[in-house]
Amino acid sequence: MNTYKKILGYALTLPLLFVVGSCGQGGGNGGALGSGNAERVYVAPGEHDEFYGFISGGFSGQLAVYGLPSGRLFKVIPVFSVDAEKAYGFSEETKPMLETSFGTIPWDDSHHPDLSQTNGEIDGRWCFINANNTPRIARISLSTFETEEIIELPNSAGNHSSSFVTENTEYIVAGTRFSVPIPQRDMPIDEYKGNFKGAISFIEVDQETGRFDLSFQVIMPGFDYDLAHPGRGASHGWMFFTTYNTEEANTLMEVNASQNDKDFIAAINWKKAEELIANGDFETMATEYAHNVYDESTQMATSTIKKEVRTLDASKYPGLVYLLPTPKSPHGCDVDPSGEYIIGSGKLSASLTAHSFTKMIDAIENEKFDGDAYGIPILNYDDIVAGVVQQAGLGPLHTEFDGRGNAYTTFFISSEVVKWKLETWEVLDRAPTYYSVGHLMIPGGNSRKPWGKYLVALNKITKDRYLPTGPELAQSAQLYDISGDKMQLLSDFPTVGEPHYAAGAPADLIKPNQVKLYKLEENNHPHAVKNEKDTRVERNGREVHIYMTTIRSHFAPDNIEGIKVGDKVYFHVTNLEQDYDVPHGISMIGANTSELLIMPGQTETFVWEPKKEGVWPFYCTDFCSALHQEMQGYVRVSARNSNVPLKWSLDGE
Amino acid sequence: MKKSKIIMIVGAILLTSLFFLPMWNITLEAPQYPEPIGMNIYINKFQDANPNDIKNINIMNHYVGMKDIPEVIPEFTVFPYFVIGMAILGVLFGLIGNRKLYLVWFALMIAFGSVAMYDFYLWEYEYGHDLKDTAAIKFTDEKGEPMAYQPPLIGNKMILNFKAKSWPRLGAYLMFLGMGLSVFAFYKDKKEKNE
Repeated sequence: MNTYKKILGYALTLPLLFVVGSCGQGGGNGGALGSGNAERVYVAPGEHDEFYGFISGGFSGQLAVYGLPSGRLFKVIPVFSVDAEKAYGFSEETKPMLETSFGTIPWDDSHHPDLSQTNGEIDGRWCFINANNTPRIARISLSTFETEEIIELPNSAGNHSSSFVTENTEYIVAGTRFSVPIPQRDMPIDEYKGNFKGAISFIEVDQETGRFDLSFQVIMPGFDYDLAHPGRGASHGWMFFTTYNTEEANTLMEVNASQNDKDFIAAINWKKAEELIANGDFETMATEYAHNVYDESTQMATSTIKKEVRTLDASKYPGLVYLLPTPKSPHGCDVDPSGEYIIGSGKLSASLTAHSFTKMIDAIENEKFDGDAYGIPILNYDDIVAGVVQQAGLGPLHTEFDGRGNAYTTFFISSEVVKWKLETWEVLDRAPTYYSVGHLMIPGGNSRKPWGKYLVALNKITKDRYLPTGPELAQSAQLYDISGDKMQLLSDFPTVGEPHYAAGAPADLIKPNQVKLYKLEENNHPHAVKNEKDTRVERNGREVHIYMTTIRSHFAPDNIEGIKVGDKVYFHVTNLEQDYDVPHGISMIGANTSELLIMPGQTETFVWEPKKEGVWPFYCTDFCSALHQEMQGYVRVSARNSNVPLKWSLDGE
Repeated sequence: MKKSKIIMIVGAILLTSLFFLPMWNITLEAPQYPEPIGMNIYINKFQDANPNDIKNINIMNHYVGMKDIPEVIPEFTVFPYFVIGMAILGVLFGLIGNRKLYLVWFALMIAFGSVAMYDFYLWEYEYGHDLKDTAAIKFTDEKGEPMAYQPPLIGNKMILNFKAKSWPRLGAYLMFLGMGLSVFAFYKDKKEKNE
């Protein structure tokens, strides 16, 4: 009996030893379970993630919201592309969001999300993101997770070095990738050199509402402007931009824009620019750009075309811009948490260059210039460089920081993340990515206060990493634990579109500000109805307006007669629910538009143009309740010349 | 003034807290309501425990044919007079200082309280049993009778997927304290007389 008990005792102890023994091993040789990695990314059912991750959708045009460390996808926020699921770009309320000076554009390429900051720290108010193709910047509210504003950028083309915020979110900065004729005009392409210009936009942000105002543009030489980051601390007031194609080539760019041994980081003194603007030292240029604002009170977007922009020619104003020579078509332009080091990632080289802000100011004060480009002083590389991370990898792209004196850089060509030390410039660790990493993200890793626990690498290629899905494969994000000396790959997860760039923040900064529902009494939509008694149908010539409500589990009205072929029927639907997480949807057979998905207290509108006589049903598209399937109604459509009177009812009343 | 008189008067005045504190609360808990929905009952109104709770209770209950929680019930006009009347009476008794009157006041409170509880029970019974014939969902109990949805008079009870909790709130507790003080005042007065 005793022996039996002993054996049982051992048997019970062994798994315990195994569990204890496996903790803290990390490593990764034994697979995720053996190393404890699974537990480190496991967020138990009902528990919340520690961080929000905002990962751009690249060519999807949207912004995806993930939880970290779990990698769970919570929401895809439509920004620059239409989204039939959420009626974004389809509802009458959101159509104006996608207006531009070129007309309505249903798609774009969303690249670099950045979070609002106060004193250089992430504050959880807004997320900003750029449209690369038709240059625009969007603002997303982090209390509703909805796109609230989109501003188009004139004189810009390929809006890539965007949308980066200054230390107190004074400005969103957006630099052009393509230089173009400014103002646009018909001219030979091969007369590019000296004639094309690059515009860098400074969009002022209202601190209360977040509303944009395109304050001014700095007109730069005809280089390509790639990425940017703001100064902080002592370097606050400066903005740094990487450039390539300082050759000013206009064809076979992969060769012709890659000839110079060094391109530039352009340092723009925006405090100086503010002085010039205040003194009236600017040129007002006639142009056209759309400014689209969604008003949470009226729940409607409006689009306005603006007609002029203030410009500052960088060549004309001494002290406004300096050029910092930086090797080989630098891509990432990253400023460390102290604001002292400006890291240029020469994407066609094997090394990283760190410029010193102190040395830069010293060189400027002593006028130690090495020539100029179109009147803009070029500093001497040797005077400003603080250090070089030698032979760190191939094709450095982007660097972020952990707040403990370490930096992490992605290398596209050698497909890895490299950890190195600021000030000693030595490589500390390297970790492979699967495969071809572009940007990376540490929550707060581009601010004064990084939360240096996790690093997310954003990969362009996955090949064999997941179950195959035909020729088009998911791109991916990979999560590393960077809390220890060595980076540890914890997990990877597929993403929406191209995970081009990301921003992250602790959940505690964002969760408390969440809007749970829209209060009916604060709904100032011009077509809202706040109770079933006021529901009605009105005819105005061929236009018919249906003022409808939803509440579990019916529409009011749900029987409508007197609609005629050729009418234009507006369904203005108000969701009367005032309970968390009870949206209703609506769709009409044959409507040439999307469904509506209406949050509690919200009013949305879709248009239906009935083409055939008959009795046509509509129904609720969001599984709202036990009687969801019964949430439906009919519209009777009569011939154009019929005399069927306009009539509406719910349960005969 | 004698301490017993003060105690009696304080006890009577405590009753007036019912004008601004809830007397009773009914809360419904269910897995899909991580934040439970509930209603506070005052002597003159029903109030949402959290914004929109009564509206949401009504939406839930309409599926089984329950009527909306009324905005006004006749009791809301009667109760305030009763409460203010009893408070004045209690203060008066305290000023008179006859300890037997304290017990009379206590007995009146017990009597009126019992009537009020019985009235509350009747309202709950009606609310839980008087279902619309057109209810979308008609459940039956184990005897095959139509299911009733009456909340408990006091205590906790499972009603389908909801746990219904019915308990006094601060206003009622202060009222109980006031009643206790009247009895305490009675003994205190006795003791003061003996000294």
